[in-house]
Amino acid sequence: MALEKITQVAGTAVYVPGDDIDTDRIIPARFMKCVTFDGLGEFAFIDVRVDPSTGEKTSHPLNDPRFAGASILLSGSNFGCGSSREHAPQALYRYGFRAVLAESFAEIFFGNSTTLGIPCMVLSPADIQAVAALVEANPRAEVTVDVTEGKVTVADMDFPAALPGHAREVLIGGKWDAIADLLEGVPSVKDTAGKLPYMQAA
Amino acid sequence: MKETLLDKVWRAHRVRELANGQTQLLIGTHLIHEVTSPQAFGMLRDLGLKVLMPHRTFATVDHIVPTDEREEPFSDPLADEMVRALRRNCAESGVTFFDLPSGRQGIVHIVGPEQGITQPGTTIACGDSHTSTHGAFGAIAFGIGTSQVRDVLATQTMAIGKPKVRRIEVNGSLRPGVYAKDVILHIIRRLGVNGGLGYAYEYAGTTFDGFTQEERMTVCNMSIEGGARVGYVNPDETTFAYLEGRPYAPKAAEWDAAVARWRSFASDPGAKYDDLIVYRAEDIAPTVTWGINPGQAIFIDELVPRPEELPEKDRATAVEALAHMHLRAGAPIKGTKVDVAFLGSCTNGRLSDLQEVATHLKGRRVRSGVKAIVVPGSQGVAAIAESLGLAEVFRDAGFEWRGAGCSMCLGMNPDKLVGEQLCASSSNRNFKGRQGSPTGRTVLMSPLMVAAAAVTGEIADAREVFGLS
Ligand code: SF4
Repeated sequence: MALEKITQVAGTAVYVPGDDIDTDRIIPARFMKCVTFDGLGEFAFIDVRVDPSTGEKTSHPLNDPRFAGASILLSGSNFGCGSSREHAPQALYRYGFRAVLAESFAEIFFGNSTTLGIPCMVLSPADIQAVAALVEANPRAEVTVDVTEGKVTVADMDFPAALPGHAREVLIGGKWDAIADLLEGVPSVKDTAGKLPYMQAA
Repeated sequence: MKETLLDKVWRAHRVRELANGQTQLLIGTHLIHEVTSPQAFGMLRDLGLKVLMPHRTFATVDHIVPTDEREEPFSDPLADEMVRALRRNCAESGVTFFDLPSGRQGIVHIVGPEQGITQPGTTIACGDSHTSTHGAFGAIAFGIGTSQVRDVLATQTMAIGKPKVRRIEVNGSLRPGVYAKDVILHIIRRLGVNGGLGYAYEYAGTTFDGFTQEERMTVCNMSIEGGARVGYVNPDETTFAYLEGRPYAPKAAEWDAAVARWRSFASDPGAKYDDLIVYRAEDIAPTVTWGINPGQAIFIDELVPRPEELPEKDRATAVEALAHMHLRAGAPIKGTKVDVAFLGSCTNGRLSDLQEVATHLKGRRVRSGVKAIVVPGSQGVAAIAESLGLAEVFRDAGFEWRGAGCSMCLGMNPDKLVGEQLCASSSNRNFKGRQGSPTGRTVLMSPLMVAAAAVTGEIADAREVFGLS
């Protein structure tokens, strides 16, 4: 299976401030009543984008026309915590996001996103603020996320952006979806399972 | 070399190292449910792949099932479609399904242990973050996303890096009215909601040695709320006694060999840990959350924190939390009016939880104006609770006695908060909107504290309400 080599993501960005933004916030559970992921994009962050009592659009950054079309999401620490739902990165991807920059990521969200080819890069809190300020000052500014070099460039300024080794390898190597590698290993899987009594068919 | 349980289980299940530095890890037991599996089966079909080891995959339905009107078709057509999809996928691929009519349906993290499928020294994966629950048996159990559910279905493995291990010791006896739930809320409060990032938590110490298997499950369940994807307790006599005689536990001649093998997986004395933390059980009091993440917790007699007195990094979330919860900084949380009391979930929907509450609830009444529901975690729990007369105690007190499922833990079934209702909940997440209303408010606590809230109509100290000391 040949996958795209994800070495760089470029586009405009939007800053969604806050720490511990959980996957229930990214996609509320009631939208998980589906047997495919299609159509999840429009419900990304829905409960903070629409005021539940009035049904009116809120002042959430994703509703701000200045940031329309943004493909890079900026946020705080522990982004994507909570439920393991892959619906969260699926919703972000289908909304149009191709990279997430944050102070830190929850582990399951990070893995789910990598498997979908979405680089989740870690910037220092100060650098998140700096990038957010540049984007706020010029919402059309092109933000370049360099996966290979581990940096983010905006308005000619570079910011170091970390990506754990394995995620970097799989993204730039076009192997972010592990299934092909795993299938290759199936003969050895059977050997390993053969040594474990609990795995034998009754 | 002295090894931890994680080292040993990892070694036994490592298939090979992948080029990216991750391990292809054999997943001995795969649990699936209706929400995160249909897309995975769809992906499998698109790739022309089959389930590699259907005899090691077990399914049940929990998240979307109604807990009162359980006849099919469900009134929610989407929910109905999800159950039918799971039924079809299991039948086509030969996967065991603890379906609604089986009498063994329930929350996946309650059904696995109850059936004896969850065993020491094994690897377990499930498309649900609370899979860490199964670590209570000395298994290494991961919550995974849907693409990984596909990977495990197709190859019985997944690609994953080995976590570090932090040993968290709690020593001594808990004081009356303090429970396993308070222990884990305390740990998360102290270490933070992302303190466990990259770690597996090994829970140990004399408090854990004395815990029942169900108490250990409550703690391991919420590891993920502390950022740790995996949490475990070393298997011991308590574990073996729990498993003996369960439907999928080894039988007769195989039992002794299995126990010997299980025992060998426990961490070696003197094993090396990446981190060690020690708490004293007597320092822990009944704990409740005041905010919108499980780390925002205080003892029942503490005051709601003032954001300006918190570490700088926690302030913004605290301000957001207070606004959402309508709580006043610097005021007691005790006495806050409660609209709903929810007793259930994979954290605290087990038999011992219901038993403990029923013991104290007998003869008491739910305060008028409070909606109180009790949702057994599985049909198995429900059946025993009913035969022991617990259901009657709850009904007499004014609780609604429901059918098994996730219920009000998350807003995917008809049990939801309405508007800004405040819920005293024995579940595990207090995120905004978690219980089905975007403006709904959740206060996490132990089951007995939920009962105290139900009978007083406010957040209360169960020790005072039920006269424990
Ligand atoms: S009870 Fe709650 S946390 Fe547990 S599996 Fe169900 S929805 Fe998830």
